Order: sequence, then structure tokens, then C-alpha cells
Amino acid sequence: MPKLIKQDTICSDDWLPADAASDQVTQHHFPTLPQWRAAAAGTLRTVQLQPGDVVAELAGALDTLDIIAVDFPVLTDGRGFSYARDLRERGYRGELRATGHFMPDQVHYLRRCGFDAFQPTDDSRIEEYLRQSRVFSEQYQASIDQPLPLFRRREAQAS
Amino acid sequence: MYIYDQYDQRIVDERVAQFRDQTRRYLAGELSDAEFLPLRLQNGLYVQRLAPMLRIAVPYGLLSSTQVRKLAHITRHYDKGYAHVSTRQNIQLNWPILEEVPDILAELASVQMHAIQTSGNCIRNTTTDQFAGVAADEREDPRPWCEIIRQWSTLHPEFAFLPRKFKIAVCASEQDRAAIHAHDIGVELLPNAAGELGFKVLAGGGLGRTPVIGSVVCEWLEKRHLLTYLEAILRVYNQHGRRDNKYKARIKILVKAMGIEAFRDAVEAEWAQLKDGPSTLTDDEIERAKSFFTSPPYADIDGDAAREALAARAAADPIFGNWLTRNTHQHRVPGYRAVTISLKATGIAPGDVTDRQLDLLADLADSYSFGELRTTHQQNMVLADVEENALYSLWQRLQRAGLATANIGYLTDLICCPGGDYCSLANAKSIPIAEAIQARFEDLDYLYDLGPLELNISGCMNACGHHHIGHIGILGVDKKGAEFYQVSLGGSQSKDAAIGKILGPSFSQDAIPDVVENLLATFVSLRQGDETFLQTYNRVGIEPFKERVYAKAD
Repeated sequence: MPKLIKQDTICSDDWLPADAASDQVTQHHFPTLPQWRAAAAGTLRTVQLQPGDVVAELAGALDTLDIIAVDFPVLTDGRGFSYARDLRERGYRGELRATGHFMPDQVHYLRRCGFDAFQPTDDSRIEEYLRQSRVFSEQYQASIDQPLPLFRRREAQAS
Repeated sequence: MYIYDQYDQRIVDERVAQFRDQTRRYLAGELSDAEFLPLRLQNGLYVQRLAPMLRIAVPYGLLSSTQVRKLAHITRHYDKGYAHVSTRQNIQLNWPILEEVPDILAELASVQMHAIQTSGNCIRNTTTDQFAGVAADEREDPRPWCEIIRQWSTLHPEFAFLPRKFKIAVCASEQDRAAIHAHDIGVELLPNAAGELGFKVLAGGGLGRTPVIGSVVCEWLEKRHLLTYLEAILRVYNQHGRRDNKYKARIKILVKAMGIEAFRDAVEAEWAQLKDGPSTLTDDEIERAKSFFTSPPYADIDGDAAREALAARAAADPIFGNWLTRNTHQHRVPGYRAVTISLKATGIAPGDVTDRQLDLLADLADSYSFGELRTTHQQNMVLADVEENALYSLWQRLQRAGLATANIGYLTDLICCPGGDYCSLANAKSIPIAEAIQARFEDLDYLYDLGPLELNISGCMNACGHHHIGHIGILGVDKKGAEFYQVSLGGSQSKDAAIGKILGPSFSQDAIPDVVENLLATFVSLRQGDETFLQTYNRVGIEPFKERVYAKAD
């Protein structure tokens, strides 16, 4: 069973990557966005986004989803960072899972953009992913895990 | 200048610890080459032809004497005793050892410096006018805005894996000394109809393989919206910029493909989500940023008397007079001038400076310029606040150190990338070309007669030497394994920004000094009155130059 980091603990999980070759949803596999779209509204409670998918398509259905997985086919493709922030800013409250070929040293930024679950394809270094998830204790920008930029927190402390 | 508080310091200290751990894991085989690549690049570390190259961030070109002394120490202790000023106002070391880079970063952090995001597909060092805060034609000091952008862009979680590198420049004066039209985003502080200062925002400018002049995304933006607006542009780029071909991945390609109207609509749609949110700047934050860039304690000087005394000195010592005319710049405060220290002496790679020169410059900054120094994108250094009555003694000390070459703005003050001598991307060497040109045109009187002239050299298409915007541009190309050089004319980096036009077939290395001489002879023969090279070129076009240069080959 694939390993997953969720709420800062390592656990096992049954979900497998989406099978894009099939029109149908395969059991235990995340649906792709086209598979999710084809299903009756509200019947599928998970979906896996790929780079290039239009996040706005999910806008009206965020309350019906328990897990949105965002896939990173290569570690250098950073579109998923913006997708995560966009989903959270649109009010998505469910699990937001990074899947694929990201590396341990990206978990910190992924978490700041709104991801709360991490499922790397190669899970042999899963402890390293956990270890790298909080390497900075301070940050300048507003982000999902810290909605106030540093300058506003500096001001609050000064007054 | 900006001084770190506990938060800034904690961020750079944690960054050093992070990179130390990453380097250890890489050397232990726990991180692959592909994984370590973006991590080391985002700390400015390239693996080059002979050794790694480390690029140290100099935010908007500003350095304290303490920082300059630390740089001298680092070049002496960890490198071969010299550093290089880059065209992004940063400092490069050519010979560090990977195992020692974490120690170098720790040394830098001890003087409030770092190498964060000096390379990689992320937001790079924000650059500005080297005369910021002292220029007479300035509308407002751009440096507080650069610092605000620096903090926002530093370790930004969403924009660390962009399609390609991303460069922002800020300008706040009549004359654009920051080349904002050649940047991914260019920001200009200017007044609206009511006289209130705000930002004009350009996007999609850039050099490289496909040079483009930036397009206007927003004619005028209220100051407090700066960060949310930049964030909106970056979001559009991060989601829609091409990732299939690295030569088509810069934002300029996206802006062209979408068209400026559609691009602007996409930015406005993203901005609607962010506008007036927590990243909207507060008056307190703007004031806090400005509080670090107040005027130093200038002496109350009779400007007319100082100028007269200086003119008398210059008349008595014409060599000093030459330097005074070429290497000093008007200051907004009477009795002061900004001094440019030329790093373009013949025989030394353009922009190179030794550890001993750095130590001397730190001392001179303390004695003559309130302890501050600046780097310029033309690869020189600046002492921005020198009293006019101290210029002669400063010049004498610079002369003894080989730092008084009086060529700022003239042909031999050329911009040049490290080229094939160091860089693994280069098609051809650029430093020997620079040297050959400097050696051929050493006669200062001839240079002064030619007037202001910018000659820029890049060793490859990546255009680190900004060849496209040189009045004369030289580009190294690979022709069946041999190094050749393509020449272009008519580029400009100022308000009338233009991309140079290619003259014709490329030349061998040996031919370049003759080619330049022919171009200059053509200019001199066609020049009317006091025209500059660029003015004459714009009037007569490329043909007369072409005819003369290629005449012998026919």
C-alpha cells in the first residue's frame, strides 16, 4: 500500500494514481478531471488534477469533494503550487494532496501553498519528506498557512 | 540602507542551515543530481567549466563597507582573490569548492547577505538605478520599493518553480538607468494626471534568443497595490507560461502569444482575487521601508564655490579633469557628486575586482561616502555621496590602485559576460574580445571624440552581456565548432529602448577590432555636429556601416 504523510504523520493509504487511459473510473484510482466531469454530479468525492487542467472547473463543486490530488509529473513543473493556492482561496476545505515526483525539499513550499497531504511516487524516503516539511520558522509572504504577510505581523507586534 | 531585524536574520540563518543539509545529503548520495540542481541554483551555485560559480545577491546593488570587507575576505579565503560584478548588480565567485559553499553562505549571513534566488527558475534579484536616492532627475527614491519587492519575492512558496527565470527592475527617474524595458517586469514610478506618484507596470520585455521590448500592462497603479499586482502577473505566468521548450518559456513569449490585451485581462482576473487582500501595502509598511533610505548627514556646502574650485583643479591637472568629466555624476545635493569607479581597465576582465581593491574600496567608502558602495549593471562600482572638495584626493587614491580609468560611458567601458573562459553555456569566449577592443582603442582623446558609446558582448544567445541593447552588440556564435562573432547595431537600453539590428555574416575573433574600427570610421565620416554614434546610426541606417565593413571581402 502506498505511504502517505497526513497531519504530520506517516500512514498507509489505498488511493492510486488516476488512470488517464481509461474512460471509466478504475476502482481505487483517483478519477482524472475528464472522468470526474463525465460522472453524475456529486457521485465522485475525489479527483486528481494534472498540470494544464483548468482548476476553475471544480469551483462549483468544492463542497462535494473529500480529496483533491494535484499531480507533479516532474519536480520542476511548479503549476501545482498555484493550483493549490487557488483552490484554497476559492474556499476548498477538504484534503489537498500532492502526488507524483516532487522531492522532500519541496514539501515546505507545498504546505505553505495549501497542501496538507503528501504522497510521493517513490516513498522509500518518506521520513525525509516529513523531516523537510518545516525547515523555516518565519516567512515574508502571505500564504495559505499564514494569511498575514510578515509586514502586517511586524506592525501588530510594534503596536 | 536596509538593516535586518530578527525576522530577516532568522530567515537567512535558516536558509544557510537548509543548504548545509542539502549539500551534505547530495554528497552522501541521498539527493540525486536532478534534485540537487534546482536547490543549488536557487542558492546561486552553478557547475561551470572549471569549477562551480557562486553568485552572491547584492539587492538592488547596495553594499555597506562591512559587507565589502566580508566579500574581500571571502574571495581571499575561499577563492582566488578576485570577484566579478555581474550585469544584475550581483557579485560572482569563479572558484569556490562545493563543500565550502555552506560556510561561505554562513559568512555572508553574518553581514546580512545571502545568495538566495540568484539563479534558477524563480524571481531573481530586483535591480534599479545605480544613482537611486542621489540622482537630480529622480521623482522618488526607488530603493524602498525594491526592498519591499525583495522581501515579497524571497522564498516565495508559489513561484520557486516557474517556467523560467524572472527578472524585475524598478526605475524612478526621467532617464531610465535600470533598463526596465528589457525585463520580465519593469516598474516605473511616475505621476498620474492628479500628480500622485504610482507605478506604470510593463511586462514581457527581455533579451536572450528572442529580444522583446516590454509592453504596458498597467498605465498607473496605486502604490499600495504593488505586491498584489505583481503576484497576479506571476500567477498568470506560472500557470500559463510554456514549459515544453526552455527557449520559449520566458514571459515575453506568453505575452506575445496571448496578445497584450488578453494577457492584461488574465492579470486583472487574478488580481480581482488578490486586490485589497492582506498583501495590500499599509502606510506603516511603506514608511518603514522608506525609513531605511533617508538622506545621510550631508554637509552644508556652497555649491558654486565648490564647483569653481573643482574647475580650477581640473584645469591645472587635465588627467584629473578627464576623470571628473567622465566618471562623476551630478548629485541632487549642492557640493556633492556621485563617483563611478571603472572596473574596465584594459587587460583585466570587465567587472573583475581583486580582494585588495575591495578592501580599499571599503576604506574609501568609509572616508568619502558614508560607508556605502554600489554595484552597477554596467559592471562598475559607485561611491554615491562624495563631497566635491574631496574628489581630487579620492581620485589620487583610486589612481594608485588602478581604479581611475576615465572611460565611463565610452567605448572601452564595455559590458561583457564571463563567456567561454568560465561559463559552460557559452558558444564563444567574450573576455579576449573585450581585451582586444580595449587594447585597440586605448587613446582616450579618440574615445572622448567619439562620444558616449555602449558596446556590449555576450558569449551566447542567453545574452548576459546584453548585446541586443548595445549601440554596438557582439554575440559569440558557434559555427561548425569554431567561435565566430555576430555584430549588431543600434540597440539602446534607455527610454528610447531598441533592439539592435544584425549587420551581416559573422566574423572571426581576430577580425573584430578591425570591424569595430571600420564601424567607428563610418560614424566619424557621416557624423553631423556633435551627434552620438546612436544618433548618426538612427539618421543614416545600417547600410553605410554594412558597405564599409564588408567592402574588403567583395
